[in-house]
Amino acid sequence: MHIIVCIKQVPDTKQVRLDEKTHTLIREGVESIINPYDMYALEEGLRIKDRFGGKVTVCTMGPPQAESSLREAISYGADEAVLLSDRAFAGADTWATSYTLAKGIEKIGPFDLILCGKQAVDGDTAQVGPGIAERLAIPYVTWVRKIEEIGDGLIRVQRLMDDGYDRLETTLPALLTVVKEINEPRVPSLKGKMRAKSQKIGVYGTKELEADPERVGLQGSATQVIKVFPPPRLKEREWIEGTPVEQVGQLLGKLTKLKLII
Amino acid sequence: MNYFLSEEQQMIKEIAQKIADEKIKPVRAELDEKEEFPRDLLKVIAQSDLFGVCIPQEYGGFGGGSFENCLAVEELSRACLGVSTSFAASGLGAYPILLYGNEEQKKTYLPEIASGRKLAAFALTESTAGSDAGGIMTSAELKGNEYVLNGTKQWITNAGEADIYSVIAMTDRNKGARGASAFIVEKGDPGFNFGKKESKMGIRASATGELIFNQCRIPKDRIIAREGMGFIVAMKTFDQSRPGVGAQAVGLAQGALDEAVSFARTRIQFGKPIITFQAVQHMLADMATLTEAARALVYAAARFVDSGAKDFSKASAMAKVFASDAAMKVTTDAVQVLGGTGYMRDYPVEKMMRDAKILQIYEGTNQVQRNIIGQELNKEGGRKK
Ligand SMILES: Cc1cc2nc3c(=O)[nH]c(=O)nc-3n(C[C@H](O)[C@H](O)[C@H](O)COP(=O)(O)OP(=O)(O)OC[C@H]3O[C@@H](n4cnc5c(N)ncnc54)[C@H](O)[C@@H]3O)c2cc1C
Repeated sequence: MHIIVCIKQVPDTKQVRLDEKTHTLIREGVESIINPYDMYALEEGLRIKDRFGGKVTVCTMGPPQAESSLREAISYGADEAVLLSDRAFAGADTWATSYTLAKGIEKIGPFDLILCGKQAVDGDTAQVGPGIAERLAIPYVTWVRKIEEIGDGLIRVQRLMDDGYDRLETTLPALLTVVKEINEPRVPSLKGKMRAKSQKIGVYGTKELEADPERVGLQGSATQVIKVFPPPRLKEREWIEGTPVEQVGQLLGKLTKLKLII
Repeated sequence: MNYFLSEEQQMIKEIAQKIADEKIKPVRAELDEKEEFPRDLLKVIAQSDLFGVCIPQEYGGFGGGSFENCLAVEELSRACLGVSTSFAASGLGAYPILLYGNEEQKKTYLPEIASGRKLAAFALTESTAGSDAGGIMTSAELKGNEYVLNGTKQWITNAGEADIYSVIAMTDRNKGARGASAFIVEKGDPGFNFGKKESKMGIRASATGELIFNQCRIPKDRIIAREGMGFIVAMKTFDQSRPGVGAQAVGLAQGALDEAVSFARTRIQFGKPIITFQAVQHMLADMATLTEAARALVYAAARFVDSGAKDFSKASAMAKVFASDAAMKVTTDAVQVLGGTGYMRDYPVEKMMRDAKILQIYEGTNQVQRNIIGQELNKEGGRKK
């Protein structure tokens, strides 16, 4: 099996703050991590490799420093890594990103399965995985919480739904996006870390990918961010202030008055 | 403090740290409560290659030494001493083969231990032989192509869980200490069984139990080195492993100190966090100083061992005795800093205090360590004349 795992380097949202004026993330001085959902995708890829043999290739589109996330993925057990990087890729929305990643995957070569996290924690769109599958014209399943079986060119999975789960079967090659319920990621290995230090990582830009320059980066993006703002408050809210004891007293008073408690 | 770790050493530390924080901490209380052997965690550790840290590369290991082993053990111990004991005991079981085994034995056993596919154990202690190891009764008799073992080992870490046992037994009782030999016994060898598993005060996740040899037959090429070398194998094994016990102590003390500092910063009494009271600060200051001093001594001893020094009994014993006494004091004081909270099972420090005690007992009690240091001083003094 050849499994391709798409990962994204994101700011550690546990540390990140918002710029009060622009309402965008302050990325400076914030540590970069692999998008947490992608870690589950990587783990699932490694488990499939452990079971059936084959190899795992990780792929990311990002600035040159995104290479460190690929090296990290290698330390967990990924066999090969590809960085899609070009100044022209900057400012890409999900439309242009999925185009670029699909071109990258074509360049990597034949595969059986593509795995992505369900969404990235910085953008939260959940569009790139399905976008790649559409570009490559392969079936996809989102929100996968379990892979039940792989064999005979078919894959059977469970898709997490609000009220339970669906069982779905599709042909391979296919793309899956996974939720955190699917597994518990491993820790990196010593041998993996040693390999990550020295492994060569291919870097491809617009030219190497033979990509259409009109379709990558900001130019190729169908959406443009005009303004970022906090959404207006929809309902009346009331803040209760004071020491915890005072707050409880006030809350009790209000709830009693509204006859919500007696 | 900066101990100038190499890139590789930093990697070992990072991996062990990640295992400690992400995998061990969430389950340590339950393992302790249920006295449950941490099989899944040992698999995680195996997958990360840490079992091979101090095994040479030609036998599937990472090729590090005592120092690299200490770095891994310290981090694991910060989260749970029971888990780290199960891990470290496998290394203890491997040392006799690593130090004195022949090429064939090394090739057969070390790759299995390095990969974590098999767990090892070391068996010396018996009911009649604790500090006085010369009192062992277990015998091994050569009969044709086999040794036949009879006797019972007690309080053996990883008993029943390990696949490979380094066992010390008497081959010639008349020769006293020179009549002991070391053997490799495998789980499943005929006549080899396990007795009762002990219920313990601390390190409850680790398994401690009896090995029972009843006409146990093993091929004669399972002897390590040659007849009569048993106690030398055992003593050199301990010299090698004792900095590791020191590292366990350092990790445990660090874990307790971290809990105490974070609690003292948030616990409010008399309108202030208790860390603002000088009495509490001084306790924390002493805990931190002891822990750092222990770490410096353990690292120095481990690096001395790795330097190719011929005789390092004294340094190893010093590292073990100082660090374990430090850990006992630091964990006890951590409970004090947390007050009643520290005494409750909901917080990890009472477990750390229970766990600390074993470090002053196993791999030679701290009294025995002081005997070793004293004897070495006497020897050195004699040479100076
Ligand atoms: C949890 C646990 C795990 C263990 N794991 C292993 C293992 O994997 N393999 C193994 O072989 N053994 C193992 N042991 C055994 C351990 O090494 C012994 O308990 C230890 O060596 C002390 O022996 P003892 O308990 O018989 O105490 P004793 O030797 O009976 O000592 C009792 C007291 O007398 C003191 N004392 C004895 N002799 C002297 C002396 N000459 N000078 C001064 N003081 C002295 C001791 O310091 C101690 O305070 C384990 C023990 C425990 C509790």
